[in-house]
Amino acid sequence: MRFSIFSLLRHAIGGTPWPEQWRSPEPKAAYDVVIIGAGGHGLATAYYLAREHGIRRVAVLERGWLGGGNTGRNTTVIRSNYLRDESAAIYEHALKLWETLAQELNYNVMYSPRGVMMLAHSVHEAQVFKRHVHANRLNGVDNEWLTPSEAKAFCPPLNISPDLRYPILGAALQRRGGVARHDAVAWGYARGANALGVDIIQNCEVTGISRMPSGPVNAVETTRGRIAARKVAVVAAGHTSVVLAMAGVRMPLESYPLQALVSEPVKPVLPCVVMSNSIHAYISQSDKGELVIGAATDAYVSYSQAGGLHVAEHTLEAICELFPTFRRLRMLRNWGGIVDVTPDRSPIIGLTPVPGLYVNCGWGTGGFKATPGSGHVFAATIARGEPHPIVAPFALERFRTGALIDEAAAAAVAH
Amino acid sequence: MTQPFRTSEGGRIDRQRPIAFEFDGRRLTGCHSDTLASALLANGVHLVGRSFKYHRPRGIVSAGAEEPNALVTIDRGNGRITPNLRATQAELYDGMRARSQNRFPSLSFDLGAVSNAISPLLSAGFYYKTFMWPRSFWRHVYEPAIRAAAGLGRAPAAADPDRYLQQYMHCDVLIIGAGPAGLAAALAAAARKARVVVCDEQAELGGSLLTENSEVEGKPASDWLVNALHMLRDADVMLLPRTTAFGWFPGNMIGAVQRVTDHLPDPHPRLPRERLWHIRAREVVVAAGAVERPLVFSGNDRPGVMLADAARTYLLRYGVKVGSRVVVAAESDSAYAAAVALRQAGIAIVAMVDRRPAASDVARSSGLPVRIAASIADTSGSLRINRATLSNGEKISCDALLMCGGWIPTVHLFAQSREKLRFDEALQAFLPGVWTGHARCAGACNGAFDLTACIEEGYAAGGANGQPQRARHPECAPALPPSVHKGMAFVDFQNDVTIKDLRTATQEGFRSIEHVKRYTTTGMATDQGKLANLNALAIVADLLHQPIPRIGHTTFRMPYTPVTFGALAGSARGDLFEPVRRTPMHDQVAALGAVFENVGTWQRARYFPQGSEDMHRAVARECRAVRNAVGMFDATTLGKIEVTGPDAAEFLDRIYTGSLSRLAPGRCRYGLLLTEAGYVLDDGVIARLGPDRFHVTTTTNGAASVLHHMEDYRQTEFPELRVWLTSVTEQWAVIALQGPLARQAIASHVQDIDLAPDALPHMSVREGHICGVPARLFRVSFTGELGYEINVPADHGPMVWQAIHAGNVTAYGTETMHVLRAEKGYIVVGQETDGTVIPSDVGLGWTIGREKPDFVGKRSLARPDMLRHDRKQLVGLLSADLLEEGAQVISDGAGIGHVTSAYWSETLQSPIALGLIAAGRSRIGEILHVPMPDRTIAVRVTDPVFYDRQGARLHG
Amino acid sequence: MLLIDCPWCGARPENEFRYGGEAHIARPQDAASLDDAAWTAFLYMRNNPKGRHAERWRHIHGCGRFFNCLRDTVSDRIEATYKPGEPAPQ
Repeated sequence: MRFSIFSLLRHAIGGTPWPEQWRSPEPKAAYDVVIIGAGGHGLATAYYLAREHGIRRVAVLERGWLGGGNTGRNTTVIRSNYLRDESAAIYEHALKLWETLAQELNYNVMYSPRGVMMLAHSVHEAQVFKRHVHANRLNGVDNEWLTPSEAKAFCPPLNISPDLRYPILGAALQRRGGVARHDAVAWGYARGANALGVDIIQNCEVTGISRMPSGPVNAVETTRGRIAARKVAVVAAGHTSVVLAMAGVRMPLESYPLQALVSEPVKPVLPCVVMSNSIHAYISQSDKGELVIGAATDAYVSYSQAGGLHVAEHTLEAICELFPTFRRLRMLRNWGGIVDVTPDRSPIIGLTPVPGLYVNCGWGTGGFKATPGSGHVFAATIARGEPHPIVAPFALERFRTGALIDEAAAAAVAH
Repeated sequence: MTQPFRTSEGGRIDRQRPIAFEFDGRRLTGCHSDTLASALLANGVHLVGRSFKYHRPRGIVSAGAEEPNALVTIDRGNGRITPNLRATQAELYDGMRARSQNRFPSLSFDLGAVSNAISPLLSAGFYYKTFMWPRSFWRHVYEPAIRAAAGLGRAPAAADPDRYLQQYMHCDVLIIGAGPAGLAAALAAAARKARVVVCDEQAELGGSLLTENSEVEGKPASDWLVNALHMLRDADVMLLPRTTAFGWFPGNMIGAVQRVTDHLPDPHPRLPRERLWHIRAREVVVAAGAVERPLVFSGNDRPGVMLADAARTYLLRYGVKVGSRVVVAAESDSAYAAAVALRQAGIAIVAMVDRRPAASDVARSSGLPVRIAASIADTSGSLRINRATLSNGEKISCDALLMCGGWIPTVHLFAQSREKLRFDEALQAFLPGVWTGHARCAGACNGAFDLTACIEEGYAAGGANGQPQRARHPECAPALPPSVHKGMAFVDFQNDVTIKDLRTATQEGFRSIEHVKRYTTTGMATDQGKLANLNALAIVADLLHQPIPRIGHTTFRMPYTPVTFGALAGSARGDLFEPVRRTPMHDQVAALGAVFENVGTWQRARYFPQGSEDMHRAVARECRAVRNAVGMFDATTLGKIEVTGPDAAEFLDRIYTGSLSRLAPGRCRYGLLLTEAGYVLDDGVIARLGPDRFHVTTTTNGAASVLHHMEDYRQTEFPELRVWLTSVTEQWAVIALQGPLARQAIASHVQDIDLAPDALPHMSVREGHICGVPARLFRVSFTGELGYEINVPADHGPMVWQAIHAGNVTAYGTETMHVLRAEKGYIVVGQETDGTVIPSDVGLGWTIGREKPDFVGKRSLARPDMLRHDRKQLVGLLSADLLEEGAQVISDGAGIGHVTSAYWSETLQSPIALGLIAAGRSRIGEILHVPMPDRTIAVRVTDPVFYDRQGARLHG
Repeated sequence: MLLIDCPWCGARPENEFRYGGEAHIARPQDAASLDDAAWTAFLYMRNNPKGRHAERWRHIHGCGRFFNCLRDTVSDRIEATYKPGEPAPQ
């Protein structure tokens, strides 16, 4: 059934029940592709495998409930103004898909291109962001430099006083950047994949990855039995190391808690997304009115989905310094996700040393924005058995050769 | 006193102290010790707000933190406006101005209520199903409309002038909740001489004892309370009223927020508004009580429908009658206690509607008009309930309807401690499961609803052994699962989630409780579902035909109730947000008119404008001074590490790319540090002061990380080396003197160091005295000129600066320093490098000691990507126009690198730039292009050294 | 905020410490003879276990010393801390 104002009206007047958005099937004995992890990336991968590559004997296995990992725990920032050509390519690919995703899925994911503004607080930071602006322009990615007063005009509550401890010297603005409704992305892809025949199997934890004597994968062991598969794709953000260890693959990953928090809802007060790298905070306002605030990860490896109070405190110090009018607002909810972080802070996408075993992980704190693009190119990689051109640079191999894609390093500050 | 619903006696309010306040501009009077909610009810005001989605009129439901409806904005004047406060927790003070929220134009006539009329269209998840056409309308039409409709109160428009403090505390036993169980636990803990802290979210300690009219241990409850508090004070127990424990963090750290001034009409300006406590407790006793469970029936959200125990609290604690003709809907015996109390105060209980199939003993003996096996089918009334319709069709007119669906133990904090909960079938609620010795529970939050049992559990929990007795709950009949009705039966009042929404969600495949929560938003309002969650869970379990424990509960997360951003940020604001580091010469430098820039946590002088000079002209003048005469520069911020010990040289050999063991005492060398992955980490000058002593400098921002890096290797990889590292960054003030006249500028101030070029050549160091104070004098240069860096003990920096500056030396700042070093092709780590650059990329392959078997990063330089010939390499770029740093460089339309530094060179009278260009060194002489938004600039690739390539001036 | 028992100074709050990553990864003695894969394993490959984790901390705002710590990465409970060079408690 297509969603529309007309279907809403029919159900409102007729009172007939809505159909299921996805089935809850029992796992079959075998699939062409088994995807481990029903987050946004995993579900998108399944959707594009079915839609673009005609591979419909696909199962997505989920330990808990679909969309319950980082997809449902992030601060939903979407942008593509990354510095490195490789990064800009994949995030821009994603951004283009975001722009039509609601129509593609017939599911309002509420992609809201309200602009993402990254504040520069020092001469050095201004230089770094200008480098981004120039590099992005060359790559056809929109990103522009704003003076402090232009930044203030775009985001009125911003404090641009030159007397601040970290005064705002300017900002890089990507107008097409913005936010989306995170849960709806998982649900929309789940509904779309389900309609194309994909089995989404929740409450099904993978306990082992089975390999043929000659090496390739042939099945996964789960809490709901053995499931044979020609190809297995691990898209289990946060838990990648644990899952791949079942196939004997060691990964250059560490899993860290990442906290986020929201305020109580207030009437519209913040029109865009504001990020500040040097004081470690980012903020936007949800359609419900909550200020959605995120920060850096906690310091240590953990799977606890909770972090220390000092991390939230430090984040709010920064937010209150940037927006002194928000100081009386109140933190309503705080939560944590588990992000797997690579040495160069860029994802690992592609083949593994085990034939038939694919991985998509290491998105760190920035995976949500890539969801459609990541699923799209990963599906192509799985379908063809070789890396899609956009994902080729993100191969695991780069850690051996040293061809890292280091985004974080570009922000290094020293004199 | 015109408070028609105030009783003439009883309660803990002070009728002799009237308090004037305003609600929506209406002037009203309450009493001292009222909350805003109790004062409004005393005035007969039930309608206090509008719901989030349907803008339905809403009244006060509860008397505490669980309140979903009575959210108000309290306005204390400019900047002191706080939205979304619960009227049930806001203590009344003289002159309070409160406003209702989420209504236009007024509370009683709200245009937003049109959404109520079309509510069938707005069922759970409706926005995911529409607003998609045409595509651009979401951003420009639908979303702005949705945003404007949502959002409750308004954020303040002015900066908050109030202060917030944070305080740390350690104790043996922290008790959360000062009701009977908590106080008993405190008494027991104090008796064993433990250091005890008791916190309670209410203004007055006592919890349920404040409304208890029975006896405790043979004396009236209020006397027991007075006596208990007296004993605790005598035992030096710290009592913290108005303090909400909101979070439980690893290592038994509890976050609690204390409201210091919000209840005061005219707080002393030195008081903080709130104080955030970090309490590290050996043991924590949670005695947080329980909240009453509301009932789910059609029209259960009308003003006048409230929790039975809340009505009892308003009567017994605040002397307020919530109505005159009251219907009570009971699914638990505790409803009868409330009804009896109200009847004693002269309120007519017109019906006890008891849904249980048979009358309990309490029901039979109550003497109330009981309707057994009946329930509420519907209510009516526009802005206040005026009639209840029972399941048997009976219609009863009333002005209040009290509901009691049993109790929900407040397990929130216990669950945050990462202990497990268990579902108690008898109670139909979650209780603490097994707990360790550090986290204990007592009283109603542990499932004990009998006063004696609460106190016994409290004594046990506060005692040395700590294993509380598991009291049963004989007087609390099990809650029945909510029955499913037609019409709008609300589960989550604030977010307007009805039974129908939950049904829609489960039909659509949202079967996990987390999915239901997110799809319907139940439990996601500002009350965090304190009233809604258990009912939602029971309904979903019923819809899915599964037992509640199978469905499970959503995760309990901090905070228990919302916490002010300001309290979490504490005193870290303005100057204290991140303290600025200033050099010892800051005042002298500032007196010369310096314009400062932030570099990491430091403030450094960027340039020194004279008269009407702008930065460009000031820098040009400073550059000329250094190249033609002499300039002075405050270089104190550079990191400095003293490396000592017999194996110091060996250690540095392993850490730096170069061979420092071959450095002679008294000589200096440029040092480059790599990460183990081979990337440039930092650079600086290494000076050998003696066989076993080195003075090493780092970049300004690298100081801490380089020391950490070195300590890591020293302690964990090379523990056999006898070497010690000391940060001396703040020990020395550093003044750089650069220029052909540098020697003359310092000669008269240097007492015992021979400055002759042969005695103190380029890249050497001597210890001696300058201006009469001990000094280390380096002959080094970051400008390409004859240069010295004077290090003197930090306190003497200003004196030496003044003495030298008096000799007509031009002060220059970081901007000039950058121009001069760029003319010489010297890199700045972080500008020419970005964490992906290896030594050969920036022409520093020569620093590598080829004969050394190993150093940190060496092996990584042999990886395939490091050996590529088309790596980006540092080159000079000459152009007619000044380039922009960060600009891209293209060749045949493809990006091949970027501009790392670009300046006007006063010396060369032309723009210069440095860039990292793919295979750059093989492109010298080529013309490349830099695309700008409005044009393309042609650049010629050159050697990165623009000035004095032979280095003759260095050795002058 | 974790409460971490520095083997030299005693129990202190987490913000006195700096995390140092997985413990017991010794720098290869003869790095030059390692092939790229083995060197990569040392540089980047980590156990990242869900459960018991041996990790390094440095008491950076205290005695400045590195030590090792056994912590459960699910509950964040610290089982033991011990000095460098000592074996991990079993």
